[in-house]
Amino acid sequence: MDTELILKVYPYFLEAALITVELSVLTVLLGLICGALGAAARLSRFAEVRFLGAAYVSFFRGTPALIQLFLLYFGGPQIGIQLDAFTAGVIGLGINIGAYMAETMRGAIISVDRGQGEAARTLGLSRAQAFRKVVLPQAMRLMIRPLGVNINAQIKATALVSAISVVELTYTAQRYIGSTYKPFEMFLLAGALYLAIITVTGKGVAFLDRKVRLQ
Amino acid sequence: MTKPPFVEIRHAQKSYGSLEVLKDISLTVERGQIVAIIGPSGSGKSTLLRAINDLDPLSSGEVWLDGVQVNEALPHRQYEKHINDMRQQVGMVFQHFNLFPHLTVRQNVTMAPKLLKKISDKEADALAEEQLDHVGMLERIDYYPSQLSGGQKQRVAIARALAMKPKLMLFDEATSALDPELVEEVNQVMKKLAEEHMTMIIVTHEMDFAASVCDRVIFMDKGVVVEEGPPDLVFRNPTQERTRNFLRKHLEGAK
Ligand SMILES: Nc1ncnc2c1ncn2[C@@H]1O[C@H](COP(=O)(O)OP(=O)(O)O)[C@@H](O)[C@H]1O
Ligand SMILES: [Mg+2]
Repeated sequence: MDTELILKVYPYFLEAALITVELSVLTVLLGLICGALGAAARLSRFAEVRFLGAAYVSFFRGTPALIQLFLLYFGGPQIGIQLDAFTAGVIGLGINIGAYMAETMRGAIISVDRGQGEAARTLGLSRAQAFRKVVLPQAMRLMIRPLGVNINAQIKATALVSAISVVELTYTAQRYIGSTYKPFEMFLLAGALYLAIITVTGKGVAFLDRKVRLQ
Repeated sequence: MTKPPFVEIRHAQKSYGSLEVLKDISLTVERGQIVAIIGPSGSGKSTLLRAINDLDPLSSGEVWLDGVQVNEALPHRQYEKHINDMRQQVGMVFQHFNLFPHLTVRQNVTMAPKLLKKISDKEADALAEEQLDHVGMLERIDYYPSQLSGGQKQRVAIARALAMKPKLMLFDEATSALDPELVEEVNQVMKKLAEEHMTMIIVTHEMDFAASVCDRVIFMDKGVVVEEGPPDLVFRNPTQERTRNFLRKHLEGAK
């Protein structure tokens, strides 16, 4: 193994890892927003809205994220959507992970005991009040861990944007392989940095989860 | 004109798909009365009780409380406001307590009054202390539900319902989920309410309790009221064969 080479190139990989972190944070934020909207839609009292929510979830979970990304980035200009690669990556992957997060959030919400909402309603709380004050706080506790699983998957899925030439970790590794012909070292280095990002994130999620449980 | 009954159920009918759970039930409860509903499991007792505050809406029929129709057909928005108003006047106690586990005992009691009656924190605290004292749970005011026994949980649940100052209390097998040694403390609280002339409708399996506390007993079976009357009559001299069978089985089971 060429350790000298690794030591020489790793600062550039660190820079690329920062882009991966940025992509992860932005896609996860967008995903949380889309997820909340999707979950709300799927739990709506209007059948039309529920249908829209279900369509969103099944389209984005039922097709490869890479196809969705290509559709947006390469297909977009054809219908008047012109995005730079980074923006397309954030939007495409954010909406994609949002579909998974919608299911996670919905699952947590419906697994709160029905009697909780009922007890709140019998006291005279409105649907919205019962949800906000009783169901949601309990669902939040249940959703942190599974959302952590979604986030873990999403961090790794940012590698997909290398296919539309966003200079993040995976793309950087490929570029250095082109000039060094050392795929083993380059992919190992990239992998180690992904592992570092995911380990830190996982610890953060576990910390949050413990914290809400103690309350 | 005669005064309308305090609680009136008119021709209540309810089906789940092809299963008819309530079959044309009519009954009235006067202010201050304490009524027990007994009957085999699956006979529709919970469904009837939950229809009173429209938690399980009837398929047809009317529910009236103090001169107002609870399940009035209104456009959605108006209905929501109406039913929230009505429910504030009706306290409900569940078999499994349904305390809010993320809130302390104090917060369980004060949440609804604070949200719905816009009382200050200080008033809310005073209210919580008063209601919890009433059910003998004042010293646990800052505990979480998970730190309480079943009997204590149910007493807090009663305090939570009473904090809304309801006109009517509904109990759906309030002691059925409790260990036998914890039943009495909850019964004591319910007896206390009875002495204070709270109007109560109590679904129960405890015949002794029903006999000692209630003014009237309603025996339900398969979605109909088979027999009703004062406890002495229903328990000692039931006129219906089905009532006799139920009581016989039940008393054997209790021994
Ligand atoms: N949500 C529901 N969907 C379908 N059937 C129900 C539902 N709730 C209750 N039932 C049925 O209605 C009947 C009466 O139930 P319930 O009122 O709970 O009886 P009880 O309280 O007397 O035991 C039972 O046969 C029960 O299975
Ligand atoms: Mg029942």
